[in-house]
Amino acid sequence: MNEKTWKEIPIGGLILDAGNAAEYHTGDWRTERPVHILDKCKHCMFCWICCPDSAVIVKDKKMVGIDYDYCKGCGICKDVCPFDAIEMTIEGTED
Amino acid sequence: MAKPMALSGNFAAAYATKQINPHVVAAYPITPQTLMMEKFSEYVANGEVDTELVCVESEHSAMSACIGAAAAGGRVITSTAANGLALMFEVVYIAASLRLPITMCVMNRALSGPINIHGDHSDSMGTRDSGWIQIFNENAQEVYDTMFQAVRIGEHKDVMLPVMVNFDGFITSHKFERVDTLDDAAVRDYVGTYTPEHSLLDTEDPVTYGPLDLFDYYFEHKRQQVDAMRNALPVAREVLTSYARETGQNEYDIIEAYHLDDADVAIVALSSTAGTAKFVVDRMRAEGKKVGLLKIRLFRPFPVEAVREALAGVKQVAVLDRSDSFGAYGGPVFAEVRNALYDAESRPGIVDYIYGLGGRDINAVDIEGVYNRMLSASGRMAGDVQYLGVRGD
Repeated sequence: MNEKTWKEIPIGGLILDAGNAAEYHTGDWRTERPVHILDKCKHCMFCWICCPDSAVIVKDKKMVGIDYDYCKGCGICKDVCPFDAIEMTIEGTED
Repeated sequence: MAKPMALSGNFAAAYATKQINPHVVAAYPITPQTLMMEKFSEYVANGEVDTELVCVESEHSAMSACIGAAAAGGRVITSTAANGLALMFEVVYIAASLRLPITMCVMNRALSGPINIHGDHSDSMGTRDSGWIQIFNENAQEVYDTMFQAVRIGEHKDVMLPVMVNFDGFITSHKFERVDTLDDAAVRDYVGTYTPEHSLLDTEDPVTYGPLDLFDYYFEHKRQQVDAMRNALPVAREVLTSYARETGQNEYDIIEAYHLDDADVAIVALSSTAGTAKFVVDRMRAEGKKVGLLKIRLFRPFPVEAVREALAGVKQVAVLDRSDSFGAYGGPVFAEVRNALYDAESRPGIVDYIYGLGGRDINAVDIEGVYNRMLSASGRMAGDVQYLGVRGD
């Protein structure tokens, strides 16, 4: 992060840019990491519907992966998956 | 042209608020503040102001509504006292940290318990670290003039902080006095139009107020508040000292030195007690006794240099504190004054008298007794915290 001094930031804690939440990568909070197993996935979109952070990436009606910038690792996608196509791993232990 | 009126402190504050014609007033009634808002609501009902008066369900809501209105770009005024201020404590800090120049009258009253509705300074002193500018007023005239000064100081671009206009519950809030008032046009010219740099209602330039601010930036924002408070001192001095020139009203400053130049002993006091002390000084001066008074008007930011200079040459000081800070070394005013004097070239002796808690009267004879004790002391009095007017010492 580019950390600024007190002289360089707006007073009162104001944020002057609208729509700035996208710049905050809440995926930093994650301790468990969902891993998508493409071989088992039937692209039913349960995970896409249930993800509270809209972190399931879908292209051409196919579930193609997880947006780790915003995935907080809650594991809801793993719980709702009927095909065991998502596994949770401890963050930092994978390759 | 100044027009004399008979006003209580509450009515002076209400009349000044009417003349300022703020965008929003949000308040909840509490003794001894109620009459200010009651009077102001008459002005609203009679169509004499354009103000949106928000009748909220608590003081916490009052300050919250003020914060929302001020963040939306409005000029905002409120008032409270004692437990009302205590209930809004959480949001008092937020108003300051959001840098919203709200003006709030506090008709200083004892905090419960035991339950008490009368005047002392324990309410405002409890918020002295909240980041609000605090001005203490001796009488209704000062209350009236300070309302306009508060708007100017708080809204100054180098300050942008809320301002507390303090005066003594019942003693000043309910006593009717002559107040020289300005005409409406003069007030309008003096306070001008508030045009904040940012506002929530500015859809062309949308901003976020009050986001989460953790260990990465909270400290920097607090450091900004320190800077704003430092700026507030010269800004307040400039606003107060230029007030008479701009309006034709009385002379003001952040402190008031009364017969201090050649004084051997001095009392330091805030608010209405300073008025009683002036009467005593006049009487004792007529007897040839070299006594003086330092009235502190601006308590936050505390005018360290001005206090040190004013007390230079005085041999003995007695601070009168109308609130206590349990477990501390003396009351809040004593701690500040004593601290300011630490770097003085010749430090006077300094003692503290806690007085007037829960509205206990302080009379001329009490104050004269303090002066006489200082004058008759065989040596330097120091390090003494006493309780003036309590039964059993």
